[in-house]
Amino acid sequence: MRFVLAGQPNAGKSSIFNSVAGYRSATANFPRSSITYTVTKALIAGREVEVVDLPGAYSLTSTEAAAGPAERYLLDQPYDLIIDVVDASRLGRSLEMTLQLIELGRPMIIALNMMDEARRRGIVVDHRALAAELGVPVVPTVSRLGRGLKQLFRDALRHAVVGHAAPPLPYDLEVEEAIATVVEGLDGEIPVLGIPSRFVATKLLEADPHVSERVYRARPELERHVNEVAAGLEEAHGWTADQVVSGNRHAVAHGVEDRVVSHREPRLGWREWADRLLLDEWTGGPLMLVILGLLFWFVFGVGKRVEEPLVEAFNRIQAAVAAQFPADSLVATVADGLVMGLAGGVAIVLPYLLPFLIGLAVLEDTGYLPRLAYILDSLMHRVGLHGTSVLPLILGYGCSVPAIMATRILESEKDRRITAVLASFIPCSARTVVIFGLVAAFMGPLWALFIYLLNIVVIVVIGTFLARRMAGTSPGLVLEIPDLSLPDLRTLAAKTWLTLKEFITIAWPLLIASSIVLGVLEWAEAADDINALLSPLTVWVLGLPAAVGMTLIFGVLRKELTLVMLVQALGTTEVDAVMSSGQLMTFTLFVVFYVPCIATIAVLARQLGWRDTGLIAVFTVVVAVVISVAGRFAFALFT
Amino acid sequence: MMMTLDTVGIRRQARVIMIDGGQRVRSHLNNLGIHIGDWLTVVQRAPFRGPVLVEVNGSRVALGRGIACKVQVDMDGVLERLCGPEERWGAGH
Repeated sequence: MRFVLAGQPNAGKSSIFNSVAGYRSATANFPRSSITYTVTKALIAGREVEVVDLPGAYSLTSTEAAAGPAERYLLDQPYDLIIDVVDASRLGRSLEMTLQLIELGRPMIIALNMMDEARRRGIVVDHRALAAELGVPVVPTVSRLGRGLKQLFRDALRHAVVGHAAPPLPYDLEVEEAIATVVEGLDGEIPVLGIPSRFVATKLLEADPHVSERVYRARPELERHVNEVAAGLEEAHGWTADQVVSGNRHAVAHGVEDRVVSHREPRLGWREWADRLLLDEWTGGPLMLVILGLLFWFVFGVGKRVEEPLVEAFNRIQAAVAAQFPADSLVATVADGLVMGLAGGVAIVLPYLLPFLIGLAVLEDTGYLPRLAYILDSLMHRVGLHGTSVLPLILGYGCSVPAIMATRILESEKDRRITAVLASFIPCSARTVVIFGLVAAFMGPLWALFIYLLNIVVIVVIGTFLARRMAGTSPGLVLEIPDLSLPDLRTLAAKTWLTLKEFITIAWPLLIASSIVLGVLEWAEAADDINALLSPLTVWVLGLPAAVGMTLIFGVLRKELTLVMLVQALGTTEVDAVMSSGQLMTFTLFVVFYVPCIATIAVLARQLGWRDTGLIAVFTVVVAVVISVAGRFAFALFT
Repeated sequence: MMMTLDTVGIRRQARVIMIDGGQRVRSHLNNLGIHIGDWLTVVQRAPFRGPVLVEVNGSRVALGRGIACKVQVDMDGVLERLCGPEERWGAGH
């Protein structure tokens, strides 16, 4: 048995999913934050049920030939029941999606979610009346607090077993006639499996690129037939057929809303006041700087305080371990590498990574990110992009991989490609660790801030250049601004843990293994050969100790490795004793800009193709060399 | 006398009369609940030709200037576009 959670963005699908899945699905307070669907097995009333969380979709009409993941799943995959998650505080708009889901002709149940939010806005929904209007069972829920969810899944199970599909709600007479004519033309032969012809006919009239392409490929003669019917509608209404159909659905949805909703006085609260300030044309920008500044200060403040005692502790452990084994033996080298790898993970990476992930999760869950997109839209236009690109770019400060995947929320191919390239240049949390662990820790936080600002300047330059060079148009910013919300501590902790777990299970073992490998290579004196090979770059061009050569190679696996490897290669955590400030700066600049890590390269290749990814990799090395050399000489001149 | 939404100011209501542009732009706006005939309220405009924030059917949507210019609205019987002409600094209050 398989249930599908479908609904518009920000309706609370993921939090319903998490209630049955434990924590598997990342929630974020911005539209279309789930990119692909997530599946879990859940036990409902003693039965095992597969629950699928689809990414939010405003409608089943695609705007591009490539259908959204939700639409694709609903049309092509087998499932037994749709759980339509409806935002009670935006009932009319949510129902437009519901009406289309009903047209799919599957058993369905509605989770009337965010009932508390609706009440706050003075909207009272009569869920029994709604169920009667639609012919679909309705369960009121507050998924954030887990209210009504037990009932929802119990009813869903019952409905999936004995329930039947509700008949679609009728449009006006002319649209119904047009649909009937197209259905007749389809003649029962539809290349989309198991989808009622009424749904297909509606989508053809709406000129849905995805459905049209599939139907016309199999039945090219249908195109003329549909166009004739569409022309008839257009003549009768004076609007294009797609507007007539979607306008009609809009009217039906809002008709239902009017009949089941009664209004009370809304309770305005801190959200409205905060929003007024956050989005105001005078205070919005300065507040943004304050918020991002606080994030920076928080990461640095916490990291610094935690790091120092940890590093000291590990230095003692390292000395103690070294005393156990004969000096310069293989065992001693391996043990030393092991301790260094552990130390790198615990004492250097975690202090900065953890507060950073918490900060980013807070920004996501409060819903501040879409507001950032709003504020930065005009600035992004200067780069040739628009506000929506801000979302992937900010995510890039966490990790480039989800950032590049998030570029799918962008409408145009051009925006997607440029944003993906730029996102790979953003210093991700791994690079943040290097920036904080080397530059901020040994040279002061202002220098770290300088690197971030320099990075933004470089991104602006590259973005402007790419936007000028590439052809293509962009529809610009169209983004829903969800309500502000207080982040839920449990979600916050779970989300941070999810990312942290990835670090602990994947990156840390890699870190320890690489640390040992490096140690052994050094012991076998093979590291020197590789370092010598790289020395034209590291020593001559960048003016760094030859020992850093190996670290840069390991850095391609994961950027944190450069820091840990540096500690290992130099044989001390007191890096500033071996490298000058200028060298630290040059090294960090190079690490920040050169080749993205392997995981990023893999996603980039999937998104852009191998040729462009290769070009980007080469390009990043050139940029890294230019910037770090400039940094090297500028630092030598001015300090 | 021509009036633009900018000079009329924030917190005024307008009714969508026409959406210029292709099926893509239309279905994009439709998906977010903006249809012909809908009433919307201009909540906020960002400076420097930034986006227009409108409230429509209970949700708030940020529209970049490019898209806003494609939305024609009726304000007190005058047909206007949702975006203004080149704006002065802080116009809108």
